[in-house]
Amino acid sequence: MIQKIKQISRKKKDSKHKTASDTAQKSGKKGDEIIIELKDVWKIYDMGEVKVNALRGLNVKVYKGEFLSIMGPSGSGKSTAMNMIGCLDVPTKGDVFLSGKNISYLTESDLATIRGEKIGFIFQKFNLINALTAKENIMLPLLFQDMPVDERKKRAEDVLQMVGLGDRMDHRPNELSGGQQQRVAIARALATDPEVILADEPTGNLDQKSGASVMDFLRQLHKDKGTTIVMVTHDKNVAGKADRVEVLIDGAIVDNKKKREVL
Amino acid sequence: MIKDYVRLSFFNLKRRRLRSYLTMIGIIIGIAAVISLVGLGEGLRNFVTAQFNIVDADVITVMASGTGNGPPGTGVVNPLTQKQLDRINSVNGVDVAFGRLIQLGDYLFNDKRGFTYIASIPAGEERKIVYDIVDLKTDEGRLLKDGDTLRIMVGSSFKDNDESGKRVEVGSKLEIEGHDFTVVGVLEKKGSFAVDTTIIMNEEIMREIFSEVGDDEYDVIVAKVKDGADMKAVKQDIEKVLRKERDVEVGEEDFSVETPENAVKTLTSTLSAINIFVYIIALISVVVGGIGIMNTMYTSVVERIGDIGTMKAIGARNSDIFVLFFLESGLLGMVGGIAGIILGSGLAYGLAAIAGANLGLDISASVSPMLVILSLLFSFIIGTLAGLLPALQAAKMNPVDALSESR
Repeated sequence: MIQKIKQISRKKKDSKHKTASDTAQKSGKKGDEIIIELKDVWKIYDMGEVKVNALRGLNVKVYKGEFLSIMGPSGSGKSTAMNMIGCLDVPTKGDVFLSGKNISYLTESDLATIRGEKIGFIFQKFNLINALTAKENIMLPLLFQDMPVDERKKRAEDVLQMVGLGDRMDHRPNELSGGQQQRVAIARALATDPEVILADEPTGNLDQKSGASVMDFLRQLHKDKGTTIVMVTHDKNVAGKADRVEVLIDGAIVDNKKKREVL
Repeated sequence: MIKDYVRLSFFNLKRRRLRSYLTMIGIIIGIAAVISLVGLGEGLRNFVTAQFNIVDADVITVMASGTGNGPPGTGVVNPLTQKQLDRINSVNGVDVAFGRLIQLGDYLFNDKRGFTYIASIPAGEERKIVYDIVDLKTDEGRLLKDGDTLRIMVGSSFKDNDESGKRVEVGSKLEIEGHDFTVVGVLEKKGSFAVDTTIIMNEEIMREIFSEVGDDEYDVIVAKVKDGADMKAVKQDIEKVLRKERDVEVGEEDFSVETPENAVKTLTSTLSAINIFVYIIALISVVVGGIGIMNTMYTSVVERIGDIGTMKAIGARNSDIFVLFFLESGLLGMVGGIAGIILGSGLAYGLAAIAGANLGLDISASVSPMLVILSLLFSFIIGTLAGLLPALQAAKMNPVDALSESR
């Protein structure tokens, strides 16, 4: 599979395909440009009598081209943090910047457009639409971007080849193994050529072997194409595959001393 | 782009095939009811119109009737007379008027007795006019001419009279009211029950065999109106003349003066009343069907919260989700409509064929393209209306909440 990525990315660099050239630029420099920044983000859920502080002044910076994992035990606010980073939700207090733009006050429809264009989601349970084939699942986000059908097909086929499922294009999710489904989901995330891939416990529903394969694939993607990846997980070993690990406890990132204790 | 949404919606319906069919039943029944009943009604109207269309539109028919006063059956019909015919002939606007005898009589053919209308044809110039007005032509043999005694023409339905393998044809002998007649012509099929089952003979011989009919009496007076004359005015003038001649007051007429248009109008208004009733029943059924669709769509939204969350995460705007569910609901309505149209048309044509065969009439249903198009449109609209609220609910769903269903 990894071999395939290399082949395809090499092929893509040669072609004048938009995806390839964009990605090539993205991988240029690393470490100074911030793609996503959460500044003192609070999320307070009003449950009637009690108020739950899911996030308490969370500060996170995601740099272009990095592979960041946010690790935390359950109940630490991981999912809420992921919602903020993924523009699925807006904070109660504080600001979220995406490519320097404050998205904290945008409407749901604007957020949807931003998500579609800039963020590629990978979920723990794959979240493929069961009614659609692998290819159609990948075409779906492109449909929401009003891309013409021929282009959508071409893109979907390309990314499916890339994740090594060129022979499974017309299979439904329930005809694929967990590992294959997750690869389809990765392909779907890649199809829109996003700024950031956001992976929420990507190995959580997979056996050891498939999980390891998916992690290898993400690492390779990051290494070869310089894709920015943010991964949320509770698993120390999985988190360790990233370039940088932040630890989230009780809705905030802990300091380095505490982090060393946890890791 | 919309094509993809339609495809996606269609796909979702197909996946829940049984539920989709059950949901559509209300719409199917409603649309099938409209199509079958309106189709049958329209067919019936065409049939009846054909009965009247056998005479030219510029013909007025006068018949004697009971006075309507007193108990039914007691009124003796005061027949039309030669004198009244003469008066009608002199009414302004009447081109020519003549009388005909129409009597119920029995006949014997191949040892089988039948009962039918026997009508007379006047002699001379008037014969041509009758042939012209009713547009009588023969399929076999020839038309009657002056001097034909004991000779008859028969309507086209006599050709079918072959239960024993023997049918009436040119040269067949029929015994009518005790006299032997020879068939000289079989008439072309007119699609009119009255003409197609009638035996026609010359007036002279008819007066002879139906001796109870007075010498100067007629059963029907047919008046051909001059080109360009006002039918209504001529009709009123004839009524006036007859009232005077028969000595009756306005409102107590013991005769009827009918224009073809008049008769068709009466029927049409009756059918319209029936149609309104059908439309109301069908409307109720379709609305109930719509509520069924709404129910299904709400269930569908709840079932697919996870999908909605996923689609929102990967960039679906509220409007995309709305369109998806809205179309799905509209499709449910429309597919139901199509099924209803097929079922309804089948019922209409089937029932018409059965009724036609049993009654020996040439009735066929008539489902117009307009009716089909309107039914389709209506079922689609009901479907989309029913899907409006569920689709809005789906569209407005918070992506975080929706996603939490599948995380």
